[in-house]
Order: sequence, then C-alpha cells, then structure tokens
Amino acid sequence: MSTTERTRTPSEPPVTQPRLGVVGWARWTWRSLTSMRTALFLLLLLAVAAVPGSTFPQRSIDAARTNQWITDHPTAGPLLDRLGFFDVYASPWFAAIYLLLFVSLIGCVLPRLRIHWHQLRSAPPRAPRRLERLGAHARAEVDADPEEVRERLRTVLRSRRYRVHAHDPTTLSAEKGYVRESGNLVFHLALIGVLVGVAWGHLLGWKGDVILPVGQTFANTLSRYDTFSPGPWVDPTDLEPYTLRLDRLDATFETEDTGRGQFGAPRDFTAHTTFTPADGQPEDRTIRVNHPLETGGGTVFLLGNGYAPHITVTDGDGTVIYSGATPFLPQDNNYTSVGAVKVPGAEPEQLGFAGFFLPTGTIDEQGPRSVFPDLLDPQLVLTGFSGELFPDGAPQSVYTLDTGAMAPLPGTDGSDQLRILLRPGDTVDLPDGRGSVTFDGVDRFAGLSIRTDPGKSLTLASALLALAGLVASLVVRRRRVFVRVGPAEGGTRTVVSVGGLAKDDDEGMGDEVTAVLEALEGHR
Amino acid sequence: MTDTTLAQLSNTAIYSAMAVLTLAMLAYALYLARLVPARERAGDEEAERAPELVAAGAAGAEGAEVADDSGPTTPAVPSSPSSSSVASSAPPSPPASGRDDEPVAARKVAGIGYALTVLGTLLVVAGVLLRAAEVHRWPLGNMYEFAIVGSMFVLLAYVAWSTRRDLRWLGLFVVVPVLLNLGLAITVWYTDASELMPSLRSVWLAIHVSVATLSVAVFTIGFSLGILYLVQDRLESSGRSTTFMARLPRARSLERLAYGVHIVAFPLWTFTVIAGAIWARQAWGSYWNWDPKEVWSFVIWVVYAAYLHARATTGWKRQNATWIALAGFVCLILNFAVVNVFFVGQHSYSGL
Repeated sequence: MSTTERTRTPSEPPVTQPRLGVVGWARWTWRSLTSMRTALFLLLLLAVAAVPGSTFPQRSIDAARTNQWITDHPTAGPLLDRLGFFDVYASPWFAAIYLLLFVSLIGCVLPRLRIHWHQLRSAPPRAPRRLERLGAHARAEVDADPEEVRERLRTVLRSRRYRVHAHDPTTLSAEKGYVRESGNLVFHLALIGVLVGVAWGHLLGWKGDVILPVGQTFANTLSRYDTFSPGPWVDPTDLEPYTLRLDRLDATFETEDTGRGQFGAPRDFTAHTTFTPADGQPEDRTIRVNHPLETGGGTVFLLGNGYAPHITVTDGDGTVIYSGATPFLPQDNNYTSVGAVKVPGAEPEQLGFAGFFLPTGTIDEQGPRSVFPDLLDPQLVLTGFSGELFPDGAPQSVYTLDTGAMAPLPGTDGSDQLRILLRPGDTVDLPDGRGSVTFDGVDRFAGLSIRTDPGKSLTLASALLALAGLVASLVVRRRRVFVRVGPAEGGTRTVVSVGGLAKDDDEGMGDEVTAVLEALEGHR
Repeated sequence: MTDTTLAQLSNTAIYSAMAVLTLAMLAYALYLARLVPARERAGDEEAERAPELVAAGAAGAEGAEVADDSGPTTPAVPSSPSSSSVASSAPPSPPASGRDDEPVAARKVAGIGYALTVLGTLLVVAGVLLRAAEVHRWPLGNMYEFAIVGSMFVLLAYVAWSTRRDLRWLGLFVVVPVLLNLGLAITVWYTDASELMPSLRSVWLAIHVSVATLSVAVFTIGFSLGILYLVQDRLESSGRSTTFMARLPRARSLERLAYGVHIVAFPLWTFTVIAGAIWARQAWGSYWNWDPKEVWSFVIWVVYAAYLHARATTGWKRQNATWIALAGFVCLILNFAVVNVFFVGQHSYSGL
C-alpha cells in the first residue's frame, strides 16, 4: 500500500493532494528516509563530505596553519571558512549527513528488529507444495516407511543446527542462520553505541596542555594549564589535585646519516617524573610516547618536547629582573625554536626580546636555523625591543612579542636594531646602561597533554560489538530446508523430496540439500 | 652476518622475485591468450561437454529424475541422489569457474605460471624476512616496507586460495598489480633500513599495520575480480566473446567471487580502524583526531560499506555496486600513495 502511495502521490493533481495530509507526508518522508537507497546515498555523501577535512587544514588540529591558509587565500579563505571547511567535522552540514544517516539507520533497524524477534520465536514456515520448484532440490527413494524417514531427517537437520518444525505429518520445515540477521542488527545498533560514546566523550571529556621544563612541578589545577578545552558539561574547577614533577627528559635522535632523510629523526623520548597523587606518596614514573601515565584524574601523554633556555636579565644596577627557564617552541624537525622573553619590570621602559633558540645553530642566507635536533652547539639569537609589552592588556602568546607599541633597541655597535647571539654562559650588555642578558644554560621541556574521555570505553565496546556483528552477518548463511516424504508408487519404499531456499545469493544451497540427503543415508 | 649483507640479500630477493613474477605473468598471459599450440583441439570438444553435464547435475532437480530404483544394493538411499551430489560437490568450484576445455599445453603453461608464482611468493617472503632481520623489528615502518609486505600478502592470499579452487585464470590479474607495486616500492619508495620513530614503537605496529596491509592485499584481489566482472559482463551482454576472457568464469560467478573477497577484507579493514583508534589513543592521546590518514581510512570504510549496502539493495544493479567497490579501492590507493606522502598529518611515516 505504502509503496504505491509513495510513488504516486507527489505527481498527482493538486486537488487530491490535501488527502495525504501532514501525517501522510510525514510517513512518506519517513519511508523515504529509511529506505536502503537513501541510506546508500547518505553513505556515499558522508564519504565525499569527509574528504575536505583532509585537504584543507583543520582548526581543531592546527589552528596556526589554518589561519595561515586563510591569510594566503584572501578570496577563497574567508568564504570556505564561513562554509565550515576548516571545521569540517563540527560543521552543520557534516552533522546533518551523519545524523540523517543514523535516523535512517534507526528507522531501518527498528522494524527489522521487531520482525526478527517474531521470527526467532516462531516456527519456520510451512513447506511449499512443490519442492522441486525451489532453487535447490534433490529427491531420493528410501527403504523405510515415511514416518521413520521423516524422523531420521529431523535428527539430521537438528544435528546440522537447523530449527525443525513439522506443520503436518508428511513435511518438515527447517531453518537456520538466524545469527545472520542478529549480527546485522547488532552491527547497526552498535554503531549507535559508537556515536553515543563519541558524543559522551565530547560532552564530558576535557583536554589540557602543559609545557613543563625539567625541574618544574605541575599541579593539576586549571590555572596551571597553558590551554584547557573542557567539554560543555565539564566543571573545570573540579580537577583531581595531584602533582607531577619533571625530573629529567631523555631524547635521542638518529645520528647515522643514511642519506635518505633519517638523519636527526627522533628515536626515543622518555620523561622521568615524580608523580604525587592527591592523597598518596610521591612515586617515580616514566612517561613515554605510547606509554602514557594514568593518574586517575586524566591520562598524561608525552606529546611534544623542546628546549627551555635559562635566561637572566639584569637592570643597570645588576639587580636580576628576569630569570628562568623560558620555553621556545620547535618549528621544524631540527628544533629551530621561536620564543620571547618579556621583562615587564624593566626601567625606564619595559623590555622584550624575541628570537630563536637553535640546539645546533647555524646562520646563513636562510636566516638562523638549527641543523640537528640535539644540543651540539646551542645558540640563542635574540632581537631587543623597548616600550609597552601589553599595550591594550589583551592576552597574547608567551612565545611571540607584540612589538606594536615597542621600538627596537639600538645596537651597541651603533646599528638600528640590537641583535644578540649567545652561547651558554655568555652575557651581553644592553645599550644605554639598561642592564645585561645572560644565557645561563638550557633545559629540555616536556609538552604534556592531559586528557579524559569518559565515552571511550563505550565507543570501544560498541565498535568491537559492531565488528562481531558484522562478521556474523557476513559469514553466516540464512537457509531454509523443506522435506516432504511420501510412499513410493507400488511399494514399501518412501520418496523423499528435499528443497532448499536461501535468503541471499547462496552458491552452496545445492550442496546443502544433497548433503542432507547423504546424511540421511549415513544416519541409519 | 652484517646488516649491510642482509640488506643486499633482501633487495636481491625482491629483485629476483620480480624477475620470477615477470615470467609468471608471461606464462599466465600465454595461457589466457591461447597462444599455446592447440594440437589437442579435437579432443577438447568432448571435454567441453563434460562440465555441462556436471552443471546439470548440480542443479539437482533433473539429475534425480533418472532415479533408478533398481538398486539391489542394500543401502537404503539409492545411488542417484548421491551420484548427483557427487557431481555437484566434486569440483571444488562448481561449473562457473575455470572452463575445462583446455588443451594439455595450455594447462602446462598455466601450471608453469602457478609454479613461478609460488617461487616468486617464496622470494618475496624471503625478502621481507631478511628485511626484518636487517632492521631488527617488525618490517612495517615505512612505505617501502608496507609495499613489500602488502605484495607478500597478495601473493600468499592467492597461493592459499589456489589450493582450494582453480584460480589459474586469475593469476595474471594478481601478478600484474604485485609487480607494479614491487616496482614502485624498489624505485620510488625505497628507504634504507632505519629504526622507528618513538610513536611507532608499540605492539600495535604489529597488529594495526599488519592487518591493514593484509586487508589492502585482499581488497586488491577483490579489485581485480571487480574489474574482470565488469569486463566479462559487458562482453556477455553484447554477445561478443574474446579469446582472452573466455578462459575466465562467467560474469555472475566473477561477481560472487568479488563479493566473497570483499566480505573478507571489509571486517579486516574495520578491525584496522578500531586497532588504529586504540593505538592513536595510546600514542596521541585521543582515539580519533581526524588526521588525514584517519579521514581516508574512514572514507574507505564508508565507501566499502556502501558497496555492501548497494549489493544488498534490491533494485540496485550488481554492476553499479561493483563500481562503488572499485571507487573504494581508488580511495585505498590514494590513502597509500598520496596521503602518506603529500598530506600533512601525524601518519607521516613514509620514510621519504
């Protein structure tokens, strides 16, 4: 009924249209949405829609690269940005596709669930009148009376794991492979579990990043995080109060030049830490890539590392006005790192230094850069500025200097811009008696990411369940076998007719039917 | 033995495998092209009729009509159903695959092709094992290693499957992609033996990447079968017949085989994605980051899921469904050859 209505209605003359009504249209929409064709279309659409997320930089992965891309493409950039191409997986159109797909999935699976439930609890259908019309069929005559043959076949079918039912004294109806449909339904329902798990993790999970130089201690409070992104339902003040001290960070790099780009490639990073749980004793823990630290209030991952040169700035009287390990952010595989030193306490004007830290430094026509990631020849290359560090009080990155309200410090040699190159232990005097800058030494820092995802277990369990269901639905075959027995003409023998009906494209049904007959022979 | 010797041996094994496989390719092509002398053509006619009888027997219904109740033999079940069942179950591949109208010379050529393929497989296995010994780790750390291990899996899958059914007609279409892959591996993707970067040092490398490679290998065979099906189908519907394709099974049978291969590969790929997510959580802190490689793995999964859907959708032609499977394989190739090398992401392990 619905099928004809569905195809006819949209093209019918307007006079009869109101007959369909809101309910009719809703039903039509629902039927269309939950049809296999729509599901197929949505699947293909989902695949296509996911691709831009790999071709355009994504804000959630690399915000800096995204902004750079938009700046580089003044026409396309803002337009694509408005269309959500830099946040594909959070964009309304991507969400629309997968939500429609899941609605379609639910609409498709629920009726099937009901049908399957009934089928599981009811006997296989009555045997058709003419078994030889079935796709697979075999016949034999047996030296036994019909009832005996039928009972033997019943045993044979049971041992082949069929569910057997006799609707009348001369036939048997048998069916097996219900697991195929069960698996299929489990697969689809488990996908909903995956989606719920992902959503749960999004709502209740959080992640925060910390840059922790060697020797420093991180206390798990909101203010200690460099960045903190909580899910919408997270209370960020409710963090497990543990502490983590970074005692040492080992980093090793490939020193053998194989000629194929492996020179300087990272080989191992290990952070040696002292972990003090909220109410416990300090314990030594190592954190490595692939070996995160479970704290009970978030998992600590070692996701990055770099160098934090120890820099001291004194004023004209020799009083220390800045001193500390200052992390510089690595920009390439050789750890050419950028950073800034901000000295708000300097007189008469605030001082700022921006520049590079190079673990194995060289300065050539490409500018200052590092040629190896390890500390073979550490150099600090800085330019100096004076003026106002935080002109409008706006928050700014600690790794860059906003020179909008600053002027270059003149060089001591009379140049317009003070450029400093320091090796560990070096001190340089600033012009006009403003003091000095000292590069005391260099430590490593660990880039730690601390995350929780309460939905991950549900997602994993659902995914594995989906996999199990998928395998069952692909491997198991749904088969029906019907048996009819009757006396042979003029004799005591019995004619056995076995017909097989496969639900899907099933090459082996013919073999199955003959195997049943053969088993009858063997089963005397 | 020093590592350099091992490296040389490994490369020699791969080069030798390529030479052997090239010969296998020629043999298979000769077999399909029927260029071998057809001296025994006269005798073939008879052989040609035999499988048709078998086919009729397999259908079952008619075979049983001849039922003779003259069976004085005591067994209760007369011989006819069992003989019909023997007929239908005796050839591991019922009538559709491999037509037995072949002269002995053709069979010999195909046999040589198969023997050479087995030898080539052993050489690739040797190449992979030597490589593993050379790098002291699971040999799946860069593009070169993915490619040679992938080739190994394709060949092993083919050889293993061949023991269960007659696949001489498929040989050419397995050896050619393998040769292409090995050729690219040794010229474009070659990477000297090196240690792994820290994020790859995990037991999940063996699990995730091995299964991914195996899955791609199985998909490769499915891709070959898909193309063969579409070609054969077009030929059959146009009524033309080329000598080349005549040695292949009928379109309907090819389609079933293609589907059968895909339903092995698809769960493997599903597992790959799940295992990858578990590993991503350990290594990068989050099980799904929409890294380009993850995006493409997801796209591949969705496209092949669409293929399985399309095949189950009544009213969708098998041909169209197969096109979707082919599109899935194109995505796989892009994921390997393009995303690995040109896209910025965390899966930057090409070694190039």
